[in-house]
Amino acid sequence: MGQGRTIAEKILAAKSGTEARAGDTVICTVDAALGTDASGPMAIDYFRQMGGDAVKDPARLVFALDHYAPPPTQKAAGHLKTVREFCAAQNIAVHEIGEGIGHQLILETGRARPGALVVGADSHAVTYGALNCFGTGIGSSDLAGAMLTSKVWLRIPETIRVNLEGCLSPGVSAKDAALALIGELGADGAAYKALEFSDVGAAELSMDDRFVLANMSMECGAKAGLLDADAKTDAYLSGRTIEAYAPVSADIDAVYAETINLDLSNLAPQLAEPHHVDNVVGIEAGLGQVVDMVYLGTCTGGRASDFHDALRVLEAAGGTAPGVNLVITPASREVHMALLADGTLAGFAEMGAIIQTPGCGSCCGTCGSVVADGMTVISTANRNFKGRMGNPNAEIWLASPASCAMAAARGVIADPREVLS
Amino acid sequence: MSTLSTGRARKLGDDIDTDTIIQSQRKRETLDPLVLRNFLLESWDPNFAATVRDGDILVAGKNFGCGSAMEVAVTVVLGAGIRAVVAKSFARTYFRNAINNSLLPVICDTDAISDGADIEVAASTNGLVVIAGGNEIPASPLPDAVRAIVDAGGLVPYLKHHGDFQTLPHPAT
Repeated sequence: MGQGRTIAEKILAAKSGTEARAGDTVICTVDAALGTDASGPMAIDYFRQMGGDAVKDPARLVFALDHYAPPPTQKAAGHLKTVREFCAAQNIAVHEIGEGIGHQLILETGRARPGALVVGADSHAVTYGALNCFGTGIGSSDLAGAMLTSKVWLRIPETIRVNLEGCLSPGVSAKDAALALIGELGADGAAYKALEFSDVGAAELSMDDRFVLANMSMECGAKAGLLDADAKTDAYLSGRTIEAYAPVSADIDAVYAETINLDLSNLAPQLAEPHHVDNVVGIEAGLGQVVDMVYLGTCTGGRASDFHDALRVLEAAGGTAPGVNLVITPASREVHMALLADGTLAGFAEMGAIIQTPGCGSCCGTCGSVVADGMTVISTANRNFKGRMGNPNAEIWLASPASCAMAAARGVIADPREVLS
Repeated sequence: MSTLSTGRARKLGDDIDTDTIIQSQRKRETLDPLVLRNFLLESWDPNFAATVRDGDILVAGKNFGCGSAMEVAVTVVLGAGIRAVVAKSFARTYFRNAINNSLLPVICDTDAISDGADIEVAASTNGLVVIAGGNEIPASPLPDAVRAIVDAGGLVPYLKHHGDFQTLPHPAT
């Protein structure tokens, strides 16, 4: 057995000041911790119950008002008020309504950097792994503990190495690759483990593609979805952080729980059927399925390149089909502004799209458009659980931005490669 | 062997996600577990909440609590008077939220446990055991490192008492 270490082992050993290995539970100091308007109020309550007065290090904390953006009810508005007042008193930064999804803001503000440990009281904190940062989801009591001590307890995960081979074909995206991987591993295939995406295929992927792979790693149970840092990582972080960082890569003789090869070049568009993310099928299995609502957005599929992909397909396919409710939500204000500047939002408005406030939007039913009983949605999101978008009597399919746009154009699930040469 | 929990088994399936345990939209109105308990597992079975009795034990298949890390998915279970969940496996965020709130997560083979059966979770010298229908089903012991948090009654009382995380037994640099 080799003595080499994985990315997860190296980062968590460094953050705990130990030589601990996979399987050990350690106390780590976090570089940053994210709370939201959804997880924050309970964390604030727990912090006070812990006897907390002043947080240990306000500079390591940040809150995003993203789940109730804007707040649809009086009670939800109260949650935002609770978070704002706490953060003002504790000198903690708050991302206001409309700035975007907390995870996207952690990326954009350069808090997620190679070698860092950033936890989020929201499961999709795994997204930060795309920047070679150990990002993982925690609960509200963990966040309260991090406010009190700047620390969390973590079990160092074993790692599954995912070798990406080849390049994606036109009309096929990182979302399709992520769904294919989840279909293969199952909803708990990487439970308690980290994924490490390696090899040539990973280097070929854009940063937006890497964010999708890291983000979706949660849906096979992974604790983190990690990629190496390279010139693309540096280019993304340029202008976003002035902090020095040191990339962390796995040793050549690192010990892996399992190694999986995923050939990107042979991949077709994928779908997750209702009501589980690992109900993955090739797009041919869903062709003709009528859709009532198409949702483009979320921390998986709400970045500028996602909207570019979608609009290209929509325009090539002749626009939105009658009767389809097309709802879009940019992941952040930065994304929103980029789409304004390049005309993409005008293009969507011409297609009849409803354009929502940057944030979590309709993904988890906390604000934004909800669906009626019996409606079928196809979405760029990461989850399709029953009731996820606010109605247990609706059905949610998951797909890439291109496949969702194609469904918007046809009114039924269709293959986007038909209009992409 | 010491009894940790006894109660009626409420059998669930595989991959019970946190949106199924409590829908996200419910928590925007209140975080009070005693209110949210009325909506426990409503999309699994609309009558579930009304039939829960104090001390019931949830018995599930694999990957219990997958999906969102929202902690109300644990506090709503405690609010309903349920103090243990027995499953073939847990999603990691649910497991840590359970530990941090002192909801006992018990990992064992649940196939032989039938819905409505009276079961017992007990601590033995080898770890945990679930007793169902006269059979003793071995369960995974809690990791030493987190037992102190469970023993304290959860992360809030643990940190209230200690003020900081206590050093764990692992190789130091």
